[in-house]
Amino acid sequence: MNQAGADPTPGGRRRWRELLPVALSGLCAGGVATVLILILGYVAAQGFRAISIPFLTQLPHPVGIAGGGVANGIVGSLIIVGLAALMAFPVGLLTGIFLATYGRGPGANLIRFLCDVLASIPSIAIGLFAYTLLVQPFGHFSAISASFAFAVLMMPLIIRTTEQAMRGVPYEVREAALALGASEYHATRRFVLPVAWPGVITGLMLALARITGETAPLLFTAFGSQFWELNPANPMAELSLQIFTYAISPYKEWHEQAWGGALILILSVFALSAYARLRLRRNISYL
Amino acid sequence: MDQNNLMTDPAGIETATAQSRARMRQHAAESAGWGGYPDRLAAKLFVSAMYLACGIFLALVIGLFLELLLNSLPSIRAFGLSFLWSSSWDPVASKFGALPFIYGTVVSSTVAIVLAGAIGVLAAIYLAEFSPDWVSTPLGFLIELLAAVPSVVYGLWGLFVLAPIIRNILGPFLQHGLGFLPLFTGPIYGVGMLAAVLILALMIVPTVAAISRDVIAAVPQTQREAMLALGATRWEVIRRVVLPTARIGIFGACILALGRAIGETIATTMVIGNRPVISASLFAPGYTLSSVIANEFTEATTTVYLSALVELGLLLFIVSMIVNGLARLLLWSIVRPAK
Amino acid sequence: MRSSFRVLRDRSLVLSLLAVVGLVIAGWGSAGAGIQLTGAGSTFDYPFFSRAFYNYSQQHDGVTVNYQSIGSGGGIQQFIAKTIDFGASDVPMNADELSHAGAPVLQIPVTLGGAAIAYNIPGIPSGLRLTRENIAEIFLGNIVNWKDPAIQKNNSALKLPDLPIVVAHRSDGSGTSYIFTDFLSAVSPAWKQKVGVGKSVQWPVGVGGKGNEGVAGLVSQTPGAIGYVELAYVLQNQTTYALVQNKAGSYVYPAIATVKSAAATKPNVSATDFSIVDAAGANSYPISGYSWVILYQNPTDPARGAALKALMNWLVTTGQATAEAVSYVPLPENVQQQAVQVLEQMKTS
Repeated sequence: MNQAGADPTPGGRRRWRELLPVALSGLCAGGVATVLILILGYVAAQGFRAISIPFLTQLPHPVGIAGGGVANGIVGSLIIVGLAALMAFPVGLLTGIFLATYGRGPGANLIRFLCDVLASIPSIAIGLFAYTLLVQPFGHFSAISASFAFAVLMMPLIIRTTEQAMRGVPYEVREAALALGASEYHATRRFVLPVAWPGVITGLMLALARITGETAPLLFTAFGSQFWELNPANPMAELSLQIFTYAISPYKEWHEQAWGGALILILSVFALSAYARLRLRRNISYL
Repeated sequence: MDQNNLMTDPAGIETATAQSRARMRQHAAESAGWGGYPDRLAAKLFVSAMYLACGIFLALVIGLFLELLLNSLPSIRAFGLSFLWSSSWDPVASKFGALPFIYGTVVSSTVAIVLAGAIGVLAAIYLAEFSPDWVSTPLGFLIELLAAVPSVVYGLWGLFVLAPIIRNILGPFLQHGLGFLPLFTGPIYGVGMLAAVLILALMIVPTVAAISRDVIAAVPQTQREAMLALGATRWEVIRRVVLPTARIGIFGACILALGRAIGETIATTMVIGNRPVISASLFAPGYTLSSVIANEFTEATTTVYLSALVELGLLLFIVSMIVNGLARLLLWSIVRPAK
Repeated sequence: MRSSFRVLRDRSLVLSLLAVVGLVIAGWGSAGAGIQLTGAGSTFDYPFFSRAFYNYSQQHDGVTVNYQSIGSGGGIQQFIAKTIDFGASDVPMNADELSHAGAPVLQIPVTLGGAAIAYNIPGIPSGLRLTRENIAEIFLGNIVNWKDPAIQKNNSALKLPDLPIVVAHRSDGSGTSYIFTDFLSAVSPAWKQKVGVGKSVQWPVGVGGKGNEGVAGLVSQTPGAIGYVELAYVLQNQTTYALVQNKAGSYVYPAIATVKSAAATKPNVSATDFSIVDAAGANSYPISGYSWVILYQNPTDPARGAALKALMNWLVTTGQATAEAVSYVPLPENVQQQAVQVLEQMKTS
């Protein structure tokens, strides 16, 4: 390895040059995390008063009638986001696998390009698209159209991170599988994909985080509701929409409920990410 | 069949080797339990499903573009190309022009991605390389959590916390020190381009950091060990081996984050001042394409007004295509010479 | 390697996915009891409607109302697209919009509101007086400092500081902006010619805030700022607001009583003649306006049509009693009667 007797520890200037990047990058990471804690603290300070069992289980009350909650918004969000994930994940996963496997052709480049373009379209334009496709022809708002808008929003992230994750798997893994006689499909499904799975889940988490808190597309699709609604073909309440409506209203009690709702939203994505990290992510040391 | 290869493979050695390799693979597959009918069927279905998924995706994007185009037609017919360089936005007189919004979108997202890219990649390096496990897991998690904060919360936080900081502390500080630059001239409202840039950067940092961290972590350990064995410091390993290998993935993360910045609506509109002017100063208020769509779409009622707003959406699509196209060209120019 | 898809065998994940599917199936099969009417539009009306419709549902079994605030323009768009039963707008539909509707439309006033002038001058917590011309000149950008003699003239009791004026306006299209610009056009020919009336206009000066919260936030955070905010917002949030001089010369506060006075000066309000800004009368607040509900004269579904008619009849009469509790201004008696008469034209059999 090294010359007999020579000390491999870098001395003098090289050592200091090592310190600066560590400090700088640590500062960046720490700084970003600190800002998050500040924002979370702000939301918590504004909203913790609103959180209570009634808040989580009751329907919204109109102004002037104390209490009320966001229960239908929570359930509605679960349904809408769940359906969106069911729509977006298979399509996104398969397209990402396509890009990783057959990455070099013009078709693949076109898909990648369009992916990035789609990621920049404001959510309100996508909401309008969903409106034209799924609301106007049927003559009424529905949760399904909102899920569709959300699915379109999620897709670029899922596609790109799936491709990234699969490319991150060392090529030896795939080659070993092929050498053992596996078909392209088997090599992907049983060898490459499991190794890439944590990255794929990161993509799904980022995509879910992206759409929680989106309000604009819901204005023309899910529409919102003050009542219990489980039928996705009808208008449905959604938490981020309720937060937005309350936040721009004149009433202090609604403002408080808006912050409470925002706190719930953040905490649920927190819980979702934690679950994904703990159960699905494994640290794999590569060869 | 041997006739076809007479020129390249006269003795038929390659063909024979290929055939024997295929036989070996089939034998291996059979003994491993693969290759039977269900597996072959599954393989075919998978390939079809893959192509179907790609087709669905393409259909969605093209459909979106067509729909935007169709709904912009009244406005295109009314204003033509002058829409692109006209600066007036007057709903009462029905005169619409997109230039201030294009400027606002391009400036805010470009500066935001430069900031977020630098900070995000540095943070990712720290998470993936320098920090011990007990730090990197919770810290990385916290950073990813920033992506979960709803835009309206960012907007409100920006309005009530960040804008006062800019107006009272950061703004005067910058103006005092760097006031000779046109970037830092003019009255400081608190809200304005600077506030929007900072909020946008904050919103897209998690995307850059999370994806970059995964990409950096995926660089094979063998590469690092080779450098370390040669006596390099950790930073030198990163600079010479890890970053060049991860370069493309990091770039992809930045593009994705840039897309988010271009399309961000609610947070931007709450802190950017919403004034359709073009100004060199970061302290001045501005307006972006997505903000004006979000602000005025639900209240617009005349056909031309609505259509002008949709045309802004179409412009957003095109701006995004141009920005991404340029980024790709940049990427090709970096990657190609390396080969 | 097979363990990679352990996730599919992961019981908790499978259970939660099944729960979602179960909810959806249950929802699909559930039939709604009674009638749920849908309405959309003005964000201004939303708090009043939420309270009023809640009371209505308590008293009338079997009818619920789902009203969502997507903006007046959005309400009109959805009304024309027939995806909702009724629309609500701060500005009635004009002839162009009515032609798109394709069927006869009825428009009734349902509530009143006003725009208060909020300000932030350190050292002056209340009592600022502004004439109508002051406001117009400030928003035109002609008066740029609080020390200007034109403002000082009306405020002899106060010491106005040497502070630049920061104008804040709504960036999103809104009925409040419409009322405010209508007022400015009425009191300032320069404004009328240069800018005009609208829910969104090309503001000569100022920064735009999103929603009432945005403008109020800007004003409260920026020393020297001035902006216009909905009456209900101001009453609920203890914002600092100014006295405005009306046409009769007296300085009035924005309040339920003063807006009501303004409305009373114009008993015959209709969808084509609805402006009540700059009203005569010693106690009238000059920046006031109505908000409207839009209905089809011949609803296609008789049962829904009848329910809708009953709801609206209630809203413009008994329902007005809920307005003041949520800082909204009830309709004057004569306007209520007019609305009922318009509703009579609705055919529900």
